[in-house]
Amino acid sequence: MKLTVWTYEGPPHVGAMRVATGMKGLHYVLHAPQGDTYADLLFTMIERRNHRPPVSYTTFQARDLGADTANLFKTALHDAHERFKPQAMIVGSSCTAELIQDDPEGMAATMDLGIPIIPLELPSYQRKENFGTDETFFQIVKRLAGPMDRTAHVSANLIGPTGLGFRHRDDIVEVTALLEEMGISVNVVAPMGATPQDITQMGQAHFNVLMYPEHAEAAARWMERNLGQPYTKTVPIGVGATRDFIKEVAQIAGVEPKADDSRLRMPWYSKSVDSTYLTGKRVFLFGDATHVKCMARMARDEMGFEVVGLGCYNREFARDIRALAKDYGVEALITDDYLEVEKTIEDLAPEMILGTQMERHIGKRLGIPCAVISAPVHVQDFPARYSPVMGWEGANVIFDTLVHPLVMGLEEHLLHMFREDFEFHDEAGASHHGGAAKLRDMDAPAPEPQTAQPVAAQAPAEGDIVWLTDAEKELKKIPFFVRGKAKRNTEKFALEKGVHEISVETLYEAKAHYAR
Amino acid sequence: MTDFTPQPPAAGCRNAPVLKERGQREVFCGLTGIIWLHRKMQDAFFLVVGSRTCAHLLQSAAGVMIFAEPRFGTAILEEKDLAGLADANAELDREVDRLLSRRPDIKQLFLVGSCPSEVIKLDLHRAAERLTERHAPHVRVMNYSGSGIETTFTEGEDACLATMVPTLPDTEERQLLLAGALPDVVEDQAVSLLSAMGIEPIRCLPAHRAAETPGVGANTVVALTQPFLNETAALLERRGAKILSAPFPFGEEGTTAWLWTIAQEFGVPAETFAKVTDAPRARARKAIAAAKETLDGKSIFFFPDSQLEIPLARFLTRECGMKAVEVGAPFINKQIVGPDLDLLAEGPVISEGQDVDLQLDRCHAARPDLTVCGLGLANPLEADGLSTKWAIELVFTPVHLYEQAGDLAGLFARPLRRRDILSDLEGAA
Repeated sequence: MKLTVWTYEGPPHVGAMRVATGMKGLHYVLHAPQGDTYADLLFTMIERRNHRPPVSYTTFQARDLGADTANLFKTALHDAHERFKPQAMIVGSSCTAELIQDDPEGMAATMDLGIPIIPLELPSYQRKENFGTDETFFQIVKRLAGPMDRTAHVSANLIGPTGLGFRHRDDIVEVTALLEEMGISVNVVAPMGATPQDITQMGQAHFNVLMYPEHAEAAARWMERNLGQPYTKTVPIGVGATRDFIKEVAQIAGVEPKADDSRLRMPWYSKSVDSTYLTGKRVFLFGDATHVKCMARMARDEMGFEVVGLGCYNREFARDIRALAKDYGVEALITDDYLEVEKTIEDLAPEMILGTQMERHIGKRLGIPCAVISAPVHVQDFPARYSPVMGWEGANVIFDTLVHPLVMGLEEHLLHMFREDFEFHDEAGASHHGGAAKLRDMDAPAPEPQTAQPVAAQAPAEGDIVWLTDAEKELKKIPFFVRGKAKRNTEKFALEKGVHEISVETLYEAKAHYAR
Repeated sequence: MTDFTPQPPAAGCRNAPVLKERGQREVFCGLTGIIWLHRKMQDAFFLVVGSRTCAHLLQSAAGVMIFAEPRFGTAILEEKDLAGLADANAELDREVDRLLSRRPDIKQLFLVGSCPSEVIKLDLHRAAERLTERHAPHVRVMNYSGSGIETTFTEGEDACLATMVPTLPDTEERQLLLAGALPDVVEDQAVSLLSAMGIEPIRCLPAHRAAETPGVGANTVVALTQPFLNETAALLERRGAKILSAPFPFGEEGTTAWLWTIAQEFGVPAETFAKVTDAPRARARKAIAAAKETLDGKSIFFFPDSQLEIPLARFLTRECGMKAVEVGAPFINKQIVGPDLDLLAEGPVISEGQDVDLQLDRCHAARPDLTVCGLGLANPLEADGLSTKWAIELVFTPVHLYEQAGDLAGLFARPLRRRDILSDLEGAA
């Protein structure tokens, strides 16, 4: 038993959902109790998907447990097939169903629905989300793909992008462009956007581009062995890694390492004098192994930061990350315990964190700027604009991402020169981040009367408004993020009505007046 | 004016046929209530004994991680805990010891059962007794189940409050007990209105702190503030308390009816009642009128979520002029929502439970102006051209009583207003 506050990864069946939701024409029947449907909102809310994930939940209840949960599963499988008419289905258990041992995998095998049904065994009490994506994609490929004649023109599969992935949507576009510049066409992108029918065509490609080892390494190895397709080992995040990737691809494909880097602005941005202040900034990296590995290289060699620590939450890649840490002369932190990460950051006291949404919160608490470079994701990690992290544009995007949370050069100097300025202090944060300083204002009303009084003394008497104690207390019960608006509205209302003392009544009169 | 009882329609929905369905349910489990309960009870910690899925649910439902170290956590079961229950108990004791030594401010600890802990029959009741002895008198350890195989969304709060009822001290005092976790601003308003009518003492369940825990007994009168407290109400009744039956305090009419039921029980004269409520009632009506301009004549479809659906349908149809097409609730207890059903004019389909695919078919066929549903369905329905209101906002926003009546109506009006504003925009979804 392990006490957990926040988790970096969900359970493995959420990984299977990420594969299913990324694909088209595939349906997932999940033996699970009610409540497990929460996972739908990850896709519809965080990723803003306009379709429900293709998942049917059997929704068994306590009263079914002694009776016939197995039959529930069969009915759900049958109904899902009728309603959604998928080309293939994957079936499996969530953590609770694993305990009741109905063997949905076995049951599915006995049901002949005329389409491939792929059973998944995802041990919920041992493994996690990334294992779920990797294993699910592997099982699908193993079942559906086979050796085929190669395409006449040199082509590659892009493998690894899934639903809910960190910038996967845009990385696909960027990597596709890199390949096209070398005259290589894309055969299948999978799982993202692929149908089961597409998966059967994967054997046509000359090689695979393994974009995210977390989600497709098992499939890549299987295809190497069984379909004779080599796969790329370099992940093209960062300028240097992108150049290495191009060389690797050219070698595998037997083509010229052509590259059009006219869109690449990053190296110049990093060289320009404005960036001098980035030199030697102490950074700590944490996230999934692949992103940490690539970002560490970028941080040190392309941004001129000093890496003071790094780590990852996915143990599957612990060895890689330990080797990397050795290279950088730091200790590797391999853990999925949020509190341990927080403690390490506190001890190292870096000037910046390159992490996940978890580290962003740690940073907020410790007052350390943080740039998000890896899953687990948040609605903010799905920007409306094109924003890859791979390839040339990816390097440009990362430069901006890493610079943005920092206080700008001259501003930083001024902070050091005039430390105790009441509105321009360490805690106020960078001036281009508006929000933070305002929040403090509204939350700390104490100084307001003092600053307001001298103004009022000189101002005409009609502007004089007094908040009665009860009303002021009531105002504080309003959430801080709308309190400022409530205060302004009430005062405006009071002025209009010629009221000089604001009571609780006035507050609510005003609220009703402005009700919408 | 001596009677503030609302006028029922010619025929209400109390005896309307109920469409009962079972199939895939697109709802949260009872663990979700922890998100608001841990903020309400300021010296309580909620320890879910469950799987990684439970931890992931709490994190996802909380949406943003506001608190570096919240007053809830999950003791994640691992392979070895499943092999031997004796070990699981020892592990649980160890985790609780560590937690309580790190958080000396915690006075109440809830061990919250989950689907896996129920299935492996981990006896959290005995664990709670054992741990109470071990950590007495500083910490009281209680348990309840928020598992998805037993509880739907708000039933988790019901289970939490219900587990507290047998532990409440006895009292013979004549008192009003407000049951249900309300936002502080709402709770204060309720207490202030009722105090102004001369009703005292007034206590709340749950209390902010363990030390303020109310007593209960034969002279306790309970006003439920939430329609989902079925088990809590039954247990309070067993302790001798009288449970008032009233419409729930949503909207001007509902609030008046709810307050008036309490006032009558405590012999408050109609003049006093009018004096206390006239001004806020007028304000509520005024604020609702603003939203009614948008809502009047529009149709609404409720997917089951929080059990607030029936009282809300009553409010939106009677006070905002909406037309209910279907009112779905995960569970309908007519003893508790009966007064709201009486006031809801016959017509809408009343459904209980869910088969989400069939319900979506009905919703698509009806094409309501507004659909109230969970987060998993909202964006897909929007992409199909239907306006939606996420149901979860209704339990995360102060919506009870007079001063919030306009806000409540506004929550439903906003998606429709937004749709009008953005009507000409097109692009990829």
